[in-house]
Amino acid sequence: MFMLEKRPSPSRFWTGATPILAVALTMIAGGILFALLGKNPLEAIRTIFFDPLFGDNAWYYRAQLLVKAGPLVLIAIGLSLGFRAGIWNIGAEGQYILGAICGAAVGLAFYPAQHWYIFPLMILAGALGGWAWAMIPAVLKTKFGTNEILVSLMLVYVAQNLLAEMAIGPLRNPQGSGFPGSRDLSQYPSAANLELIPGTGIHWGVIAAFVAVIAAYVLLQRHILGFQIRLAGQAPRAARFAGVKPDRLVLICMGLSGALAGLAGMFEVAGPAGKISIDFASGYGFTAIIVAFLGRLHPVGILLAGLLMALTYVGGDIAQSNLGLPSAAIQAFQGMLLFFLLAVDLLSNYRIRFGLKEAR
Amino acid sequence: MTGTQKVLLAVEGITKAYPGVVANSDVSFEIREGEVHSLLGENGAGKSTLVKMIYGLVKPDSGRMTLRGGAYEPRKPGEARASGVAMVFQHFSLFDALNVAENVALGMENPPRLAELASRIRQVSEEYGLPLDPSRLVGDLSAGERQRVEIIRCLLQDPKLLIMDEPTSVLTPQEVDILFKTLRQLSAEGTAILYISHKLEEIRALCDSATILRRGKVVASCNPREKTARELAELMVGETLTPPARTGKAPGPVALDVTGLSVASPNPFGTSLQNIHMTVQKGEILGIAGVAGNGQDELLLALSGEIRTAADAVKIDGRGVGDLGPNERRRAGLVAAPEERLGHAAAPDMSLTENALLSGAVRKELVKGGMIDWPATRTFAEGVVKDFDVRTPGIGTAARALSGGNLQKFVIGRELSQEPSVIVVNQPTWGVDAAAAASIRQALIDRAAAGAAVVVISQDLDELLEIADRFCALNGGRLSAPRPVQGLTVDEIGLMMGGAHGMEVAHVHA
Repeated sequence: MFMLEKRPSPSRFWTGATPILAVALTMIAGGILFALLGKNPLEAIRTIFFDPLFGDNAWYYRAQLLVKAGPLVLIAIGLSLGFRAGIWNIGAEGQYILGAICGAAVGLAFYPAQHWYIFPLMILAGALGGWAWAMIPAVLKTKFGTNEILVSLMLVYVAQNLLAEMAIGPLRNPQGSGFPGSRDLSQYPSAANLELIPGTGIHWGVIAAFVAVIAAYVLLQRHILGFQIRLAGQAPRAARFAGVKPDRLVLICMGLSGALAGLAGMFEVAGPAGKISIDFASGYGFTAIIVAFLGRLHPVGILLAGLLMALTYVGGDIAQSNLGLPSAAIQAFQGMLLFFLLAVDLLSNYRIRFGLKEAR
Repeated sequence: MTGTQKVLLAVEGITKAYPGVVANSDVSFEIREGEVHSLLGENGAGKSTLVKMIYGLVKPDSGRMTLRGGAYEPRKPGEARASGVAMVFQHFSLFDALNVAENVALGMENPPRLAELASRIRQVSEEYGLPLDPSRLVGDLSAGERQRVEIIRCLLQDPKLLIMDEPTSVLTPQEVDILFKTLRQLSAEGTAILYISHKLEEIRALCDSATILRRGKVVASCNPREKTARELAELMVGETLTPPARTGKAPGPVALDVTGLSVASPNPFGTSLQNIHMTVQKGEILGIAGVAGNGQDELLLALSGEIRTAADAVKIDGRGVGDLGPNERRRAGLVAAPEERLGHAAAPDMSLTENALLSGAVRKELVKGGMIDWPATRTFAEGVVKDFDVRTPGIGTAARALSGGNLQKFVIGRELSQEPSVIVVNQPTWGVDAAAAASIRQALIDRAAAGAAVVVISQDLDELLEIADRFCALNGGRLSAPRPVQGLTVDEIGLMMGGAHGMEVAHVHA
């Protein structure tokens, strides 16, 4: 028999230790899952967590780490601002897709012209596309009081269908002999988001992610908007007393997270993915939710969490090809991480007491 | 009746310590059958901990209790109730959306069928002069009627000892009279009552004996009828009290002008404001009385700017500000301190520095070009802590770690330190110990003397009579016409507050 006792103030130790504990618990539960699938659990865990960093082809995988972490961090930073204010944008995946579609469309519209301003215009279009898609749930919430969780989530499915339509319709490569999918933007120098330093995986999206981390840190620590965001999330009535306009905050936070997700989508489509295709969306927008919470909604934490999550992606790919693990098992493994994180989160606000006690 | 009856409950050498504080130290006292026994003490003196142990919510570290001579060690409230001990809490545990009978049933171990329960509620409520319709929604009841629900819930279980925690803080004077008649009737029937309060006149009117607690220890036992209120207060506080000093000065021009203010409540069970008129002059304190839930919260929100209205409904120094938000009104010179300290006036998990920024940003110019000037904010927070004697380890401490009195001093101090021209406070000394309350009242008086127009919304009549120049009352969202405090009688005040809510003075057979 044990019971929970609320701590007078959140434990600093556990606030930092819970992500590590959650990772450890995920390894254990994941190991059991892999064992049940008939794989050697230790080998699977090693393949996922160790091989990408120190294995035989680590030089390649380390670059892949940044390529995967870039969009995750960029999206998660935007989401974390809203989450801190109690505004739940669950539809970053849709905003990511729209950013990619808009960015690619602008680039393809100029094809095959060569101008320095094409890529900046694509960045702008990507951010605007994500922003506009996020404005739909934001405006519906502020005007009609709809739930932004449901609306933003449902818009993901709309965006996925729009993506498929674009891949076979307006954005299809005219010279692609009828196959779905757009021209390869990475082969179009004015629109390509190239690797800036060869072999590192660093492209403009990774740079943008680092900039976003720093900007979010300054915003939350020093800027009055960051203070209002934190205040609105912790004590909504105190926020109104402090003159925060809740509707304005919804528009700002949804808009920012949508724009960053759109940017991530645009950098992805012009770089690593290269083109608009039916299977372009790979779930970064959803995984970023895990990254945001795993990083405790703190910019630096999100950077680390994004790298960790990228590790499970890259390692998961290796495990899939080398060990034959199904991709669903890898997704379940990532889901466990969020599950355990939320479960052990309890420890930072409560302490566990063992033994029979009827009254304190 | 003291002395002749048998001892019902004896508490012997009870001690209870929490980390960092001894709530009760070697506390002993006795309650006889049919006795009305008062437990008197400041906030934090240990009254609540003591009754929680009697009611089985908290387990004592040492000491023992006997009930009718037998050992009494309740491990949970259910066991206390089974032994005949019932309690009416200061804060009601009722569901607004359920009716009276359903609420009563929720608090019973083995509730009878609702129809049967309803007829028993009717019967008991008439027997004890507390009329109550079992089919009404609790959300539609006044605070006094809600308390009746709690009392009747207890009476249905035929208690031998009824514990009442600050029962009159939500009642009008007329409702207090009705409650006292009921309590005297119960006492005459042999039910003992343990009455917790810090309102001395009430205790002198009602109680047969009193145990006075100070910092967890019993400092005196007496018959309160043989002491003056002042003597009791000094026993309670342990020092001589000085009432706030006032300087008689003629008030200046009108600073706050409210005309035809009507506001729909943002809460489904709140009270909407209806056509409120009032003016407050510079240098004047306007006291607004009223039983809780008669529109006090809504009035504060409408004045602070959290609820907006037509521009001309609220004017500061002649300028319409009704359509402006809180920060624009701060810029115009109005500061406000809401009743709820944690969650409304202050963010619980934020530091005092951050909480200083919360409402001080505009007038103290703590934000420049969107960036927060943390050094200036810390200086401001430190100034508030120092000037208002806020006891805290430092300005980095989270607001929720402060005691109620200290946080209240911080909140009031934060607003008063901004050189405002209009001050609106709701329940400025609620749950604050006597010394802190005195310093808060003095600070409000000083601000008025310095030329600010002050509106004090409070449910503490003594407080309003002590500091206000003019007096009015909120009742059902309407504000009575203000009257000078001098020469007001308690009966007149009671009528301004709406008399006894929703009832003719009941037929009490006693």
